[in-house]
Amino acid sequence: MTGITGYPRKNGTFGIRNHVLVLPTVSCVNGVIQRISREVPEAVCVPHAYGCGRGGPRDLQILFRMLSGMVHHPNVGAVVLIGLGCEVSNTKNLSALIQNSGKPVEIFNVQECGSLQSAQKGAETAKWLLTEIKTQRRVPISWDRLLVAMECGGSDAMSGVTANPALGAVSDWVVEKGGSVIFGENTEMIGTDHVLGRRAKNEHVAERIAVMIHRAENLAHDIMGDRASLVISPGNMDGGMSTIAEKSMGCIFKGGSTTINQVVDYGEAPSERGLILQDGPGYDGDSMAGLAVSGAQLMFFSTGRGTPAGFPVLPVIKVASNSRIYQAMRDDMDVNAGTLVEGKTLDDLRDEMIRLMTGVINGEKTKAERNGMDVFTCMTVHPPF
Amino acid sequence: MTANILLIHPRDNVAVALRDLAPGEEATGSGVTGFKIRNQIPVSHKVALRDLAAGEEIIKYGEVVAVTTQPIQKGEWVHTHNLESKRWRK
Repeated sequence: MTGITGYPRKNGTFGIRNHVLVLPTVSCVNGVIQRISREVPEAVCVPHAYGCGRGGPRDLQILFRMLSGMVHHPNVGAVVLIGLGCEVSNTKNLSALIQNSGKPVEIFNVQECGSLQSAQKGAETAKWLLTEIKTQRRVPISWDRLLVAMECGGSDAMSGVTANPALGAVSDWVVEKGGSVIFGENTEMIGTDHVLGRRAKNEHVAERIAVMIHRAENLAHDIMGDRASLVISPGNMDGGMSTIAEKSMGCIFKGGSTTINQVVDYGEAPSERGLILQDGPGYDGDSMAGLAVSGAQLMFFSTGRGTPAGFPVLPVIKVASNSRIYQAMRDDMDVNAGTLVEGKTLDDLRDEMIRLMTGVINGEKTKAERNGMDVFTCMTVHPPF
Repeated sequence: MTANILLIHPRDNVAVALRDLAPGEEATGSGVTGFKIRNQIPVSHKVALRDLAAGEEIIKYGEVVAVTTQPIQKGEWVHTHNLESKRWRK
């Protein structure tokens, strides 16, 4: 297996991409971001729905963590941050959180010169930054500098049989090499507290796992009422899953079988190495954003029904759980775990995925990257007001 | 011969059908010795890898996912008709 390389960042992390990120502080200026995107397609432009209209402490914490986290992300080499001027997450409030990013961050507000001039200025700045960071070179890195995210969405009955065990085998391999793996989706951990708790590094981590899963279970009951039992649905049962524990095991198996060293909050960066759990939601977009902002440089994403979703600054490797969806969505799928049914061994599939991952780390684009299938949404707790 | 069942974890006492299986078929899979399938088993459903007593734990993914409610023979279909959940009993 060949070595891996990355872009060294001043804070000690390494990026496996060197993107210029164009980020609005608030949805009001999304049009400006879209104009820049048409003008400078090489820049990663991330329009989003947030920045104002929510005032609760938890929503504010998440908002600032997500926006500053995108700026700090190791795969980002430079940033154009475009504010409006009067929003909650304005550039002044954000600048305190990003001043030590160690990378060029150009900041301006649309209320200073209007949308068209802002778009022009933003496009020129993005082009200039792209030239600036082109001189940066990759250096060899070791696997312990890597945080790999594991995600599943649009699952089917084979997800827990083929794709997630394949992701789990890769997870165990990455941890064995000294790297770190993170996965979230607490809804899909319901019924597995006894399993995850036993695998916790210590009592403190076990306690956090129990609290997280208990809260996810209560939330499911609060929101869905009597229908909470549909977390394991008749469709799941038709697919051969007999209990909630079995269904959830099929999900969490994507994280492999190593010791759980830490539970982090949504979008929080881990301070430990090895296998990390994130206390985040099961909804794909929100989950991906939380894992990315936690500092994951790369993501595996298993799917059985099929989703094209990628993430703006992360290479996302799509793993199909069955050959039918792999064929139907072959423009979107990077790996066919359905081959396990056709005679390929799990070891061979794992090795194929490790080779692919190595190439992607070194710069090969995933299908979602090539197709520009970026999705950015993040968790909120209250409706806007 | 192409495998028709998959053992997910070495500790498991059930395997997963990789296609619809019929009674009398020879079960084959990596790490699983040949034996006869006893029932119609739909794809992605479970098959017992050894005889199980009533009240025994079903191990899949190397973990307990259910408890049997009746004796189950090697090669038999394992699902909601012969096991129960340890939580959220319906």
